[in-house]
Amino acid sequence: VKDALGSVQSLLVLGGGSEIGLATARALVAGRTRTVILAARRPDELVAAAEGLERAGARAVERVEFHAGDHQGHEQFVGRVFDRDEDIDAVLVAFGVLGDQRSMESDARAARALIETNFLDAVSVIIPVVERLRAQGHGTLVVLSSVAAERPRRSNFIYGASKAGLDAFAQGLGDALGETGVDVMVVRPGFVRTKMTAGLEPAPLSTTPEAVAQAIVEGLRRGAHTVWVPPVLRSVMSIVRHLPRPLFRRLQI
Amino acid sequence: VASTSPTSGPRLLSGWGRTAPTRATVHRLTHAADAGAALARAGGRGVVARGLGRSYGDAAQNAGGLVLLTTGMRAIKAFDARTGIITVEAGLDIDELTRLTLPGGWFVPVTPGTRWITVGGAIACDIHGKNHHRDGSFCDHVVSLELQTPSGERTTLTPGDTPHEFWATAGGMGLTGVIVEATIQLIGAETGWMRVDTERARDLGDALDRMSRGDDGYRYSVAWIDLLAGGRTLGRSVLTRGDHATLGELPAGAQHVPQRRRSLHLAAPRRVPSGLLNRQTVRAFNELWYRRAPRSERGRLQSFESFFYPLDGVVGWNRLYGPRGFVQYQLALPFGEEDSLRRIVARLHDADVPSCLGVLKRFGANTTGGTEAETRGQTRAGRGSLSFPLPGWTLAVDLPASLAGLGPLLDGLDELVAEAGGRVYLAKDARLRRELIESMYPELPRWRAIRASLDPEHAMRSDLARRIGL
Repeated sequence: VKDALGSVQSLLVLGGGSEIGLATARALVAGRTRTVILAARRPDELVAAAEGLERAGARAVERVEFHAGDHQGHEQFVGRVFDRDEDIDAVLVAFGVLGDQRSMESDARAARALIETNFLDAVSVIIPVVERLRAQGHGTLVVLSSVAAERPRRSNFIYGASKAGLDAFAQGLGDALGETGVDVMVVRPGFVRTKMTAGLEPAPLSTTPEAVAQAIVEGLRRGAHTVWVPPVLRSVMSIVRHLPRPLFRRLQI
Repeated sequence: VASTSPTSGPRLLSGWGRTAPTRATVHRLTHAADAGAALARAGGRGVVARGLGRSYGDAAQNAGGLVLLTTGMRAIKAFDARTGIITVEAGLDIDELTRLTLPGGWFVPVTPGTRWITVGGAIACDIHGKNHHRDGSFCDHVVSLELQTPSGERTTLTPGDTPHEFWATAGGMGLTGVIVEATIQLIGAETGWMRVDTERARDLGDALDRMSRGDDGYRYSVAWIDLLAGGRTLGRSVLTRGDHATLGELPAGAQHVPQRRRSLHLAAPRRVPSGLLNRQTVRAFNELWYRRAPRSERGRLQSFESFFYPLDGVVGWNRLYGPRGFVQYQLALPFGEEDSLRRIVARLHDADVPSCLGVLKRFGANTTGGTEAETRGQTRAGRGSLSFPLPGWTLAVDLPASLAGLGPLLDGLDELVAEAGGRVYLAKDARLRRELIESMYPELPRWRAIRASLDPEHAMRSDLARRIGL
């Protein structure tokens, strides 16, 4: 279970191959976390990452196969992962795709696929995860959203729409969970420099997977509901979201 | 987060420090006889008993499982006013116990800094008080106890006939079964008044020295330590020591049991912003407290309530730390490790922690006299396998959980404590690194073996047990 200072002992990463997911696992293992379960599409590719976590102090790192798109199998998958002696103190939902905005604008199938992965598949796996957390009477669900969820931008509004859906779902879920002992933390990074964003022009206030990971650790410590990375985005976005449309369009951000 | 509401049903529970709440199904027991049936309802996530929720951390909560609230089970089964031996149900609190027995000249043998604890909790944590150097811990005064084990048996445990099971349950943090009844040897107290001497100690060395030299002259002894004072005054303290006043020591016309203090004259607000207790407010408070204390005062009469329970006057004082709660860090170090104690005090001072309440106390050594312990030929320092007290020093500090850097600071202190052969108190703990538990509690393997015989299925569980792997 979590301790008085928000340290978690075990972590499940859905999207265990993602850079933010792995960076978060590393940051938590530097603290009290001893068990890490990396759930990824291709767990074989995570051998080195798992060894790295073990060298850093993790006692048990498991790699399990997880297909976000296989929503029929979500319930069973979650049942299998939670079937262990130890509780899972924190679950990080880190899978997602960025997509190619321009081509998706005229490719309905591709647009739909992105929204399916980022929003529908996330909701589909979060529901059985939360059922398990409720049954164990404690746990934190960490949902990776994005600043793009806060105000749709010309350059990535399909991605933004998928994250806006997920963000709204996660916020409402957190409120609905009330006194169940289960908390939801929504993480809204700005532009994160990863292989997913390689080749893109970094937006202002861009950040790194390591910074996102540190912000998650700190958010867990504080019991935060919402975490912005970098933190200044909280104030920036509260202005940006209220900018009048004509002005916002001219800004071209 | 509710801690004492008497209803059954699903509830979010936390300890007195109000950190790390988890949800459990609460079932309120009203008779000791119901405990067996209630235990049988424990599901896969186990069960633990909870009294008044005064453990600071997560000892009396059980995420996703069953929590048996014992406060409804509070009958007095027998009381011999001649010998001071009383048999009570485990949910009875020290407040009620004192109220019933003090007019007849008997006092609870060991009391912590609050009377809002149950007898069951006192045994499960093998609590200590200001008289540890003389009288040992609570379980030294337990003649026998009734344990309802999860396998359905109700067994009588005594230190003489079942020492292993008794001393695994004494200080066993509720993990051997549910303590439903206990027979306790009370101590004699002619009056409800205390004769108290107060003196200031200019630094840590002076405080330790005064306690080492003078404690044996008193039944009760404790020092309040100002952790914000540094330099030459590092560890400056106010010592208060006293004894139960005899009838002859009371002024003419005084009632032998003081008028019960009207409680609830002060209550902390329900919602307190974080940061009320900050460095400035605490520094001012500490300075005032130190200056207010007389340099040296002898024989002042004080009611037992204000001597033992100064904080009980403020209902819900734990809320003063704000929504994120607080951690009480309590450590014990063996005699001879005074340098380690000094380093710890210095580290707390250097970290500039806003701590109002530093409490320093000298635990009893196993060699000092005392009829009961001598006849049993055992040490006075906790004989429970997981009991906290050891011959040496104990220091307790309250720290806001929101304090930046608190985790690394306390982790560092844990290392010092473990290296020095000391330990932290499980009834207070909320954040110990589990790798250190076995070096702090070397009898843990033995305790585990006895626990396995009492509860082979591991039905007794708590968040504490999960967190540090008991």
